[in-house]
Amino acid sequence: MQNEEQIFLEKIDQEIKIEPRDWMPDAYRKTLIRQMSQHAHSEIVGMLPEGAWITRAPTLKRKAILIAKVQDEAGHGLYLYAGTETLNIGREEMIDQLLTGKAKYSSIFNYPTLTWADIGAIGWLVDGAAIMNQVPLCRCSFGPYSRAMIRICKEESFHQRQGFDILLTLSRGSNAQREMAQDAINRWWWPSVMMFGPNDDNSPHSAQSMAWKIKRFSNDELRQKFIDMCADQAKVLELTLPDKKLQWNEKRKHYDFGEINWHEFWNVVNGHGPCNKERMAARISAHENGAWVREAADAHAKKRRAREQQVA
Amino acid sequence: MDNEWPLWEVFIRSKQGLDHKHAGSLHAADAQMAIENARDVYTRRMEGVSIWVVESKNIHASNPDEAASFYEPANDKPYRHPTFYDLPDEVRHM
Repeated sequence: MQNEEQIFLEKIDQEIKIEPRDWMPDAYRKTLIRQMSQHAHSEIVGMLPEGAWITRAPTLKRKAILIAKVQDEAGHGLYLYAGTETLNIGREEMIDQLLTGKAKYSSIFNYPTLTWADIGAIGWLVDGAAIMNQVPLCRCSFGPYSRAMIRICKEESFHQRQGFDILLTLSRGSNAQREMAQDAINRWWWPSVMMFGPNDDNSPHSAQSMAWKIKRFSNDELRQKFIDMCADQAKVLELTLPDKKLQWNEKRKHYDFGEINWHEFWNVVNGHGPCNKERMAARISAHENGAWVREAADAHAKKRRAREQQVA
Repeated sequence: MDNEWPLWEVFIRSKQGLDHKHAGSLHAADAQMAIENARDVYTRRMEGVSIWVVESKNIHASNPDEAASFYEPANDKPYRHPTFYDLPDEVRHM
């Protein structure tokens, strides 16, 4: 009999998806649980910075769009939680890991949304970076993750476009609106560039994730693609990216760019960003204040079951 | 963990005339809530005209470890496929 690990590796090699009940190495399962649950947490926490602007959106149309977008983020979190549960971890355990700070979420959501233009910058840059990361995950070797990502990517492209649309409108508006758009881009650019994670030579788990085909491109490859894409799109916006070293390199056929402030990156990852405490407090409060709703629904379901049994 | 709502599998018919297809899963206190949640989670863009929900514990599945032997009986019957039969070129409409 062939050993299980051999069969697993052959499947990976032949691009056959791994499904939840198939044998898989413990480390593969653990890596996926970590990555998928943190991805789910990011979608959920990601609702907070944008949610803050629902009541202050400048028009009814913008408000309706923003509500739909935030609702999508909730949906994306739920697809991913459900996908992660197929790896034998309970929903409550994952929520608990988020609320106790044991599990991380994307650091980008620890920055504040100061003006309406930030909603534009989040859509264009943050969702743009997320899409860059997520498209290759559609081909991830684990079936449930891949399927969730396909669904998410289909929905996500409107998020990026609506952000660009907000910035384009502001850019073509009054001087004050233009300045507001530029200011938002100045604040969101570098944190978005950091979303791809540490440089490749500083990313210890990457090689294994690539070998298992969870990851398809390295952090730096994706980051370069993102920067190339944004540098061109910024020209259409007639706004600038806050990087004096950003310049087309004809030899590399890519844009060169400046130093990333990794000190800031690790500082935010380790809990010292501008909004880490506020985000966690909001999630904990939502969870605790929602407890009675969960209990009431449970009680209602039990009562209805009892009533049905009586009739039968 | 006692308070965790049960898990449900969601199946969606994307349009009239097609089969219901597995879309994913979700937690809900009962079937009605599962259907309403499935509408919000899986059909925000008109992806469905009909939803089935089944409590996950009621799904019974074949064992992937036995897949090779389990599906083996179908493996040696190529004559079930039309391409098994060589027909003269002049035969039409078959």
